[in-house]
Amino acid sequence: MIPELGHFALALAVALAFAQGVIGIFAPGLRDARAMRAAPALALSHFLAIGAAFLALIYAGVVSDFTVENVADFSSSMVPLIYRISGTWGNHDGSMVLWCFILSLCGATVASFGGNLPASLRARVVGVLGLVSGGFLLFTLTVSDPFTRLWPPPLDGAGVNPILQDPGLAFHPPVLYTGYVGFSVAFAFAIAALIEGRLDAAWGRWVRPWALLSWCFLTSGIALGSWWSYYTLGWGGYWFWDPVENAALLPWLSGTALLHCAIVVEKREALKAWTVLLAIATFSFSLSGTFLVRSGILNSVHEFAAAPDQGLFILVLLGITIGGSLVLFALRAPALAAAGIFAPISRESALVLNNIFLSSIAAVVFTGTLYPPFANLLFGIQLSVGAPFFNQTVLPLTAPLILAMAIGPLLPWKRAALRPALERIWLAFAVALVVLLVMTLKSNAITALGLAGGVWVILSALSDIAERARLFRGPASNSIGRLQALPRAAYGAAFGHIGFGVMVMGIAGMTLASQKVVVLQPGQTTQLGGYGWTLNDVHDAPGPNFSQRVADITVSDDGKPFLNLHPSRRFFTVQKVITNDAAIHTNGFQDLYAVFADEPAAGGAELRLNRHPLAPEIWFGGLIMAFGGLLSLSDRRLRVGAPARKAAKAQNATA
Amino acid sequence: MDTRRKLLFAAPFFAAVASGAGFYTILRRMQDEKYDPHALPSPLIGHKPPAFTLPGINNQAGFSNTDLLAPARPMLVNWFASWCVPCVEEAPMLGALAKSGLPIWGIAYQDTPGAVATYLQEYGNPFTRLANDASGLTAINWGFYGVPETYLIDRQGIVRWRWAGALDADVVAQNLTPLLNRYS
Repeated sequence: MIPELGHFALALAVALAFAQGVIGIFAPGLRDARAMRAAPALALSHFLAIGAAFLALIYAGVVSDFTVENVADFSSSMVPLIYRISGTWGNHDGSMVLWCFILSLCGATVASFGGNLPASLRARVVGVLGLVSGGFLLFTLTVSDPFTRLWPPPLDGAGVNPILQDPGLAFHPPVLYTGYVGFSVAFAFAIAALIEGRLDAAWGRWVRPWALLSWCFLTSGIALGSWWSYYTLGWGGYWFWDPVENAALLPWLSGTALLHCAIVVEKREALKAWTVLLAIATFSFSLSGTFLVRSGILNSVHEFAAAPDQGLFILVLLGITIGGSLVLFALRAPALAAAGIFAPISRESALVLNNIFLSSIAAVVFTGTLYPPFANLLFGIQLSVGAPFFNQTVLPLTAPLILAMAIGPLLPWKRAALRPALERIWLAFAVALVVLLVMTLKSNAITALGLAGGVWVILSALSDIAERARLFRGPASNSIGRLQALPRAAYGAAFGHIGFGVMVMGIAGMTLASQKVVVLQPGQTTQLGGYGWTLNDVHDAPGPNFSQRVADITVSDDGKPFLNLHPSRRFFTVQKVITNDAAIHTNGFQDLYAVFADEPAAGGAELRLNRHPLAPEIWFGGLIMAFGGLLSLSDRRLRVGAPARKAAKAQNATA
Repeated sequence: MDTRRKLLFAAPFFAAVASGAGFYTILRRMQDEKYDPHALPSPLIGHKPPAFTLPGINNQAGFSNTDLLAPARPMLVNWFASWCVPCVEEAPMLGALAKSGLPIWGIAYQDTPGAVATYLQEYGNPFTRLANDASGLTAINWGFYGVPETYLIDRQGIVRWRWAGALDADVVAQNLTPLLNRYS
């Protein structure tokens, strides 16, 4: 009964979403005030309908209703409750419902909290979101229905993929999807602005919090996914340039560019068309990322299985959404004239530079990811593009980005001089240079460059804050007062940049990782990374839906034991799959990482031992970045809300 | 508004249309089973390796593509790295193949001579000759996927087979041995 109600709610949601879309987009043109008010109300009911469908699906998973095909295929009564819940979005059909649920949540949020928007703009934004949602709901309902019944039901489900039975992965998709889908709001604002034919500072101020919030989610989602692959897959790597990873990186890159560019629209009313294009591009990348992966075109390790007819349906949807918005862009955007002009050396130019580098990186990643299928199509050759290509092309583009991102925030708007800005960060430059020289001698140039770049970005962000507060240049009380008076957006930007610097240092540190594979008999010791690793014994241990063999390892420094690690091999009885559960010990600045790879017939344990200097900083940096974004979101000027359009106009006139 | 500006703003649309058409064709070809994105055949199969000259390690001579033109018997080229875990796993298999008389030439990928020497000391050296691709550029020309990777080269110097990943007993028995019999 409940699954039928869910199915019905899904069908209702399709109708409500299309109504929301059509009314929202056309009501403002007809100057029908009642219809314009109807769009937000429809957005709320559309959200409730999908919410009901989503809950029904989760309910079927929780009570292990194996008459629902989706539950029978991807869940099992032996799986712990949390994975029965997360299992609902661990497969193609269920993840579509989650995706649509988040999209409708975005629409409902704009509808509820968009009270300060002009009624016509709000109706149009909500309308665009409704149309997009309607398309994907129709797809879910017709060709990937998660509520399909199965009769007779199997005695037990096929179970959740053991690799996915992990807290990191239970929360990775919702966070990542919120990031992806959140950019739909910036997209809807861009489309609404193109329809209205006007885009001003107030628009920039409305869009930015949405872009920022989605960016925070996307950043955390990517960091979470990377962390998960690091600690569960047991490969000891954190980024593999897999198409799915690239698919998440692309919207992150263009979304980061969008964040920076929206500031220019907000403060200076310049770069309008480019900002609109970035908003369209970011959401288009999000869509293509989520869906091309499902079409099977890209060769990836973590794709969902989906039939090619689903692929065609998706392609048509993408074509309408992306193609339609780009047609609108081609017709309307040339009329968006820039109001502010700026000199070659200014904050605006620095942000343009940031955009150029980020877009170039995005272009390289895009080309590398799509080159194999297109090369096959155009030239009839089979090839693969892997990590060597990406490492060699992305690095040279990231280096100047790092160099510039430290200087940009120091430049004033409109017209600036480079020298005073550089004088403020001479200390950061000097320290980075020392790090570069010392580390080049001690390790290698690439590692040294990464570490120095990280130090450079972190220290210049800190010295910028210190300079603004006039720290060490007068009475301390004065400085503290200034620190308190600084807008939160300034701290947010500083944390965002510091987080990036920390992440770069983590990545650079990982190049110094040491690892080895050894077979140890109980009692034997091996040396790695300056520590002695002793295998004490191998024993059995019970688990909820798996049995496991655990290796007991003691790590000692100079003969003094300081750590016990317990990597295990888990045997999942339902799926007959073995996973290696890595044991990782971190002290915040390095990881000691042990994997129990195999039990050789001759006895003992085959272990993979790793020492990863600075590895935690990769994810820690991602979290700091997301924190910076949230800090910036809580800034007064966004919290209080954008002033009405007229007020903004008046301000510009007097400025 | 001048035409150039209009064209510029329409460019994203045309780019999207072109890629959309591309994706459509690819999807159709996948349905007709003319294209399999999961197949990972090397572009080198049926061809000679692209031109390269790589230095050796620790004052030994390296080798170049001309050395691979006409081997006396079929041989393997194995890409490895001291930092690569699956390479360690396949080391015993490479050792066994070398012992059986199959020449294996090794190319160290993005590695330092010191680390390679330690690695070979620890896990055995199955290689007849050894070269070092420190920059990784030759690897890109080979259509390299990731270490370890093994190529079979026949007596005419033509690449007949590529295996991305560690060689184990199954792969050797099912894939390599029949090919060795055919080309020797």
